[in-house]
Amino acid sequence: MDQEQRLARQQKIRNFSIIAHIDHGKSTLADRILERTNALTAREMKSQLLDSMDLERERGITIKLNAVQLNYTAKDGETYIMHLIDTPGHVDFTYEVSRSLAACEGAVLVVDAAQGIEAQTLANVYLALDNDLEILPVINKIDLPAADPERVRQEVEDVIGLDASEAVLASAKAGIGIEEILEQVVEKVPPPSGDPSAPLKAMIFDSLYDPYRGVVAYIRIMEGTVKPGDKIKMMASGKEFDVVEAGVFTPKVTLRDELTVGDVGFLTASIKNVADSRVGDTITLANNPAEEALPGYRRLNPMVYCGMYPIDTSKYNDLREALEKLELNDAALQFEPESSQALGFGYRCGFLGLLHMEIIQERIEREFNIDLITTAPSVIYHVHMTDGEVLNIDNPAMMPDPQKIEYVEEPYVKATVMVPNDFVGAVMEICQQKRGNFMTMDYLDNSRVSIIYELPLAEIVYDFFDQLKSGTKGYASFDYELIGYKDSKLVKMDILLNAEKVDALSFIVHKDFAYERGKVIVDKLKTLIPRQQFEVPIQAAIGQKIVARQTISAIRKNVLAKCYGGDISRKRKLLDKQKEGKKRMKQVGSVEVPQEAFMAVLKMDDQSK
Amino acid sequence: MVKGMYIHIPFCHQICFYCDFNKVFFKDQPVDAYIESIGQELALWKQEGALDQPLETVFLGGGTPTALTPEQLERLLELIHKHVPMAEGVEWSSEANPDELTREKMEVLFKGGVNRLSMGVQTFDQDLLKRLGRTHANEDVLRAVETAREVGFSNISFDLMYGLPGQTMAQWDETLERAFAFDMPHFSAYSLIIEPKTVFYNLMVKGKLNTVTEDLEGDMYERLMDEMEKHGLHQYEISNFAKPGHESRHNLLYWDNEEYIGVGAGAHGYVNGVRYSNHGPLKKYMEPLAAGTRPVLDSTEVTMKAQMEEEMFLGLRKTAGVELAHFGEKFGTPLEQVYGDILEKEQAKGNLAVEQGYVKLTEKGRFVGNEVFEQFLLS
Repeated sequence: MDQEQRLARQQKIRNFSIIAHIDHGKSTLADRILERTNALTAREMKSQLLDSMDLERERGITIKLNAVQLNYTAKDGETYIMHLIDTPGHVDFTYEVSRSLAACEGAVLVVDAAQGIEAQTLANVYLALDNDLEILPVINKIDLPAADPERVRQEVEDVIGLDASEAVLASAKAGIGIEEILEQVVEKVPPPSGDPSAPLKAMIFDSLYDPYRGVVAYIRIMEGTVKPGDKIKMMASGKEFDVVEAGVFTPKVTLRDELTVGDVGFLTASIKNVADSRVGDTITLANNPAEEALPGYRRLNPMVYCGMYPIDTSKYNDLREALEKLELNDAALQFEPESSQALGFGYRCGFLGLLHMEIIQERIEREFNIDLITTAPSVIYHVHMTDGEVLNIDNPAMMPDPQKIEYVEEPYVKATVMVPNDFVGAVMEICQQKRGNFMTMDYLDNSRVSIIYELPLAEIVYDFFDQLKSGTKGYASFDYELIGYKDSKLVKMDILLNAEKVDALSFIVHKDFAYERGKVIVDKLKTLIPRQQFEVPIQAAIGQKIVARQTISAIRKNVLAKCYGGDISRKRKLLDKQKEGKKRMKQVGSVEVPQEAFMAVLKMDDQSK
Repeated sequence: MVKGMYIHIPFCHQICFYCDFNKVFFKDQPVDAYIESIGQELALWKQEGALDQPLETVFLGGGTPTALTPEQLERLLELIHKHVPMAEGVEWSSEANPDELTREKMEVLFKGGVNRLSMGVQTFDQDLLKRLGRTHANEDVLRAVETAREVGFSNISFDLMYGLPGQTMAQWDETLERAFAFDMPHFSAYSLIIEPKTVFYNLMVKGKLNTVTEDLEGDMYERLMDEMEKHGLHQYEISNFAKPGHESRHNLLYWDNEEYIGVGAGAHGYVNGVRYSNHGPLKKYMEPLAAGTRPVLDSTEVTMKAQMEEEMFLGLRKTAGVELAHFGEKFGTPLEQVYGDILEKEQAKGNLAVEQGYVKLTEKGRFVGNEVFEQFLLS
């Protein structure tokens, strides 16, 4: 292609994302658009194609982003090249969302015609506005009996301040309004600007590891042109690679001779590690580099940490290999070796959030077949020592002696909760209980309210979301952003089993809640740890002071006093089962402790209610 | 070498709420044909040479053997005699439901060679009995025992159950007291285990079964052992008590890890190093026999390792325990060599004792037998 062809083609490109609250129909809409543009034959069409990993499909959440090139012949008779960029729908992955939005000029905002705007919708709209995107409101699920499109249209105008007069009324499920959406994309979303002959600036908005190709970097070309054979340079890391392949997804992998301004596709360059292809980084040409990188790059730092230990200590190396493999594909995952007196050797792992943590944990257990003990998640505390030193503590067990601590700071978030006004009381109660500071409350319309609190991240990491869901019958939607660190009266709570401190059970708690939590956790542990052949005292202690105590009494009777008419195999099966059950437990000192006990601190509030 | 035989009669007039053995309602079943099938299975065993040596014990269990009519019982015993050689002084037991045990049936059994009755008394609390789905009344027990003694049975055992839903210690005490009044030479006392596919299980799943706590069950077990001791019945196995000389030899045969033939639908056996089970459904049991083959559902040759494990987790159920010398002789390896560390560990915990050439559960260990037995699994 020469320069003129490239510029002409550029005018026909439309790049857009779909943003929506979970369950508002984003994936279904994506499917319909793919169908409409004949990107797939019916036989190839699997439901919700863009969510490719099994785990994503099971959880209904998109974790990895994808980008698809589509050809659409509009009513004006012209054929347009569209790139549909999928975004993950969870607060843990906000940064990735912002980068994939930065790869677009427009966003289709899907709002459920019955439920209206939710917290995540709003958060994502703001991200889109930050990136100067043209936003096209779509009111989806208009065929539902509870649909009230006019109310929702008004809400979009009042709450977000968008002109919703031309909002498409759609039902992705029934295929209503798809054509109209695509026409609006053609009409309203501006074509990419940028000079194909300028030095290359390609933004990485995702990357994944492929065992045969190495890292596949998902990119959007902002300036310049790239082709196989080019020597490229990552502007943040300075590393250089030779491009092997460049191409797009249709959604099948389709190789291209070049990618130029406006193109959304991928390149491979024998990159061994996703850490060398970080989301938000700018790719340029090594011998004709751009002067400055694209704005917005930031290195992702984990927010939540936990210890991961193999139940079977001989699987320590397997666990390392599993984490290394996952890391290839997940630049946000961090881990380093640590050891625990109670659990032996394992890894301290850092995650973007709780969901990210659960996904990694599940993948290790499922894909690598390693039974894990995961300690309760912790945030990073800033511990200011009396000698002026500041420690970043991500493991409660490592909290220094209180005598040496001047003060401790913990991360706070601004949490936005949207609920029908019947549940305002419930939400406020939960937030209050979670040490929240009330900020503001706004009526979105006459039945829905947006409530903003400042909350310690640690409380959200625990079971805030579960409580919120159950406290509001699932009506609440929730989003948060980190706002910084604040001084907090925090203490370390130790748990002793059979008079031995179990480091893996230690947790940090606010002083004012310490006694109550101590009591709740010993009660909870009593229900989780099975009776042993001896009495096991459980104690919660702050420093040397015992604040709560429970006792698991010894096994009174466990002997099969039944005759099975000579059926010895039944006795054997029973003993086998008993033995198998114990293998799933961790021997801590002389006490057999089941997996769940290490997460007990997370579930404390089930009981306090 | 085969020492005993278990024969399963899978018919009941009433199904107890806790029972998960192979059984069917008596009504409309091919009972006569089933008895003939037992004869066919016995004949096959004889052909195979498993019955060349006279047996020392025979046990009729179920289901309920006494569900059969006197004529059916007579035919069953006749077939057994036809095929099964019995040693001098054979112990021949039959399970019996007190309310079904008529004088006529008892006479048939006694004349036919049965010399030991195991009566399903379970409890003397009428209310609890009903809640177990049992049909007999306390008077039935009294009448059955009196008649049995008149007919000539001296070796009679009661089966008792404890840890029943809603059972209190006072109720258990009363059952024990009433039981001792009969001056029985033998008792088996089992704690209720709730098994899947029983009425109790379904109730439990629905949260409608008032199960006893582990602590109460433990207390009842302790009370049982104390009271038996006081009444001159020594405990020779986890759940069995007898006056000296009245220990059930058939029962001990299981715990001694000896071989026995299991006959009948769903029966289990252990012959020539192979543990097997028969098909449970009547049709599946009877059809192969009619065609001249044994109705085996499943059979496994017991490996040396598994034999050692069984020797231990069965043998340790006996008060006497496992004889070190016997183990060494049987397996060619000293017990200490196979299980040395476990013996040491469990002795340190106070669960096992090694005395006079035997390894046995201590009184403490008896309460947590399963925890100890589990240690002897080698895998």
